Amino acid sequence: MTDAAELKRRTAELLAAHPPATTDRLDFLKARFDAGLAWVHYPEGLGGLGVPRSLQVVVDATLEAAGAPDNDARRNGIGLGMAAPTILKYGTEEQKQRYLRPLWIGEEVWCQLFSEPGAGSDLAALGTRAVREGDDWVVNGQKVWTSGAHNSRWAILIARTDPDVPKHAGITYFICDMTDPGVDVRPLRQITGEAEFNEVFLTDVRIPDSRRLGEIGDGWRVAQTTLNNERVAIGGMRLPREGGMIGPVSKTWRERPGLRTHDLHQRLLKLWVESEVARLTAERLRQQLVAGQPGPEGAGMKLAFARLNQEISGLEVELRGEEGLLYDDWTMRRPELVDFTGRDAGYRYLRSKGNSIEGGTSEVLLNIVAERVLGLPAEPRTDKDVAWKDLAR
Amino acid sequence: MTKAPDLLYSEEEEALRAAVRDLLADHCDAPGVIARTESDAPHDLAAWKALADGMGLAGLLVPEAQGGQGATHREVAVVLEELGRAVAPVPYLTSAVVATEALLACGDEELLGKLASGRTIGALAVGLHLAPGAAFTAVRVEEGALYGELSGVADATAADVLLVPAEDGGLYAVSVADTDAVTVTPQIAFDLTRPLATVTLTGAPGRRIGDAGPAVRRALRAGAGLLASEQLGLADWLLTETVRYLKERKQFNRPVGGFQALKHRLAQLWLEVVNLRAAARGAADALATGEDADLTVAVAQAYAAGVAVHTAEEALQLHAGIGMTWEHPIHLYLKRAKSDAIAYGTAGAHRSAVAELVDLQAP
Repeated sequence: MTDAAELKRRTAELLAAHPPATTDRLDFLKARFDAGLAWVHYPEGLGGLGVPRSLQVVVDATLEAAGAPDNDARRNGIGLGMAAPTILKYGTEEQKQRYLRPLWIGEEVWCQLFSEPGAGSDLAALGTRAVREGDDWVVNGQKVWTSGAHNSRWAILIARTDPDVPKHAGITYFICDMTDPGVDVRPLRQITGEAEFNEVFLTDVRIPDSRRLGEIGDGWRVAQTTLNNERVAIGGMRLPREGGMIGPVSKTWRERPGLRTHDLHQRLLKLWVESEVARLTAERLRQQLVAGQPGPEGAGMKLAFARLNQEISGLEVELRGEEGLLYDDWTMRRPELVDFTGRDAGYRYLRSKGNSIEGGTSEVLLNIVAERVLGLPAEPRTDKDVAWKDLAR
Repeated sequence: MTKAPDLLYSEEEEALRAAVRDLLADHCDAPGVIARTESDAPHDLAAWKALADGMGLAGLLVPEAQGGQGATHREVAVVLEELGRAVAPVPYLTSAVVATEALLACGDEELLGKLASGRTIGALAVGLHLAPGAAFTAVRVEEGALYGELSGVADATAADVLLVPAEDGGLYAVSVADTDAVTVTPQIAFDLTRPLATVTLTGAPGRRIGDAGPAVRRALRAGAGLLASEQLGLADWLLTETVRYLKERKQFNRPVGGFQALKHRLAQLWLEVVNLRAAARGAADALATGEDADLTVAVAQAYAAGVAVHTAEEALQLHAGIGMTWEHPIHLYLKRAKSDAIAYGTAGAHRSAVAELVDLQAP
């Protein structure tokens, strides 16, 4: 049994054999992966030691204290948070060996080819087609809202392999090579002026069958692993007091008494209290996870933070008065990382409009809470037993 | 970052919850509570005896050396959640929390032991509406005899001992049974399950037990912080009961709970209750550890009233006609929730406290 003391010993061994000060960054990360200290809850041989996830902090704290480089997880959020758990659960041994190490190290960045112009909340209605030709699949279609597609080596992709069965049954999950000549990535400019996301056009993209994840027609079930991990990632952060969107507006309030009005004061205090309560709720969820009693609160956290981000940033635009009439920069850019609090209030206000859309709209999440948590009747379905090709569109 | 508060329930706390819920299922069924509201005995003293004397819950906050259980605000909060779920008409918050905290501040061992046993009920003689730190009415004192009138005192009609602030800055204990110079007159309260009364003192003999200022402040802070758990209990029952009813109730040949407009409203309420649970656990833990207690209590009280009242109002609307009847218990919860929104300070008063504590000053 590997416990905290044993993990500390192994971490010390890694540091002794590969002193961070004199070791190349990627070499160190490779050695860390091979020592099973990358993500300790993964199996041995795949960057882990098969021990509880809660022990990861032991490794991380020791490495941070020693000044060791990390894998810059924010640059590969989709890879680490969504592709990796899906590959771990459904991948073949060869796929796991091939993809997980460069993914964790950050040598290969991943993106997600799920949403389509005609398949948003109703993702299972997606129409990108994959047709079998010999040992390959030939893929044609259009994906949208793909963050990081222009920097990615690989994508997780769901496509329709059988249009003659109901929509959930005819989907297959693939790993798509983003360097394939049939992959055309175009920036999708959004209301903030910049382009975090892309449209991705797939034209006769050839994917060998060896890059299929899971069974043919089982892609919807495989995708649930990916999407569940997305919601965990969005809702599970730990924040200090005033750590979220309420921080900048509180700072402005304190530093600029001339902007204060009674109306804004009441609204600010209400949002401050709600932010603090949401922070406690997220902390409670985190404590439940650590204690091994995960609750359904995660779905609620995304709803709460989306609304708060929008209301707080809207208030901040107003608080700034005359300056609220201005915007920092409409220049079309392609930011590598999204920093919600890095730009001015106008940007935050516009960007946070996406918080109630991305990763499941608030309306869909309310349905999920009502049906899965409260056990209320499901929405009437007219699409369940209809072949995908016969659906209204 | 300071150490995070423990926001979970321990196994012992869950066991305590189950025991209290069992007891209340036997004592405080809804028709019984409704019938009692218009009787001569609005307090359920049998339930109180079972809770306080039988289970020893009146002494949770009192150290063992002084005859109590030596537990903390965390356990008290669990009891209050259950009392809220049942809108139980027992003087627990007023005697076992607020009066007890005042006695703890004064260090009065004799009365602490009595209140801890549950055989004596105490009430702090200040208006239920007062927020921690608010100015309170003090009565005139002449040679140890008290003169004056105090109104809006919760559970005073059940109290054996009144803790009365006087103009000399002292807090005086007045034994109701020992004198004719105390008159406790019931008021017609909006909340039928937490009776209010006027206390008239016409030369009542009082024993000075300590300084009123710090004792009242401490008592009201504990009352406010733990009231959030009672409000959580109210909201939790209302949501659970409304979801249950809407799964059963059929109109247009389908369960009403299947309409998306109503599902979304119930999901929103669930989210509010989830948030209130974290806020209430935060307040209970902060009172227990003393860490960050002023702010955590103010945050919980600035948030809780809105949730409890919203849940009660939605529960009534979603029950529709049956929710407007005297027979259905929802009105007891609505009245309690609305009164709780004023008790121990309004949300607005607590937001003002937050503004001071985190330096978000008014213009």
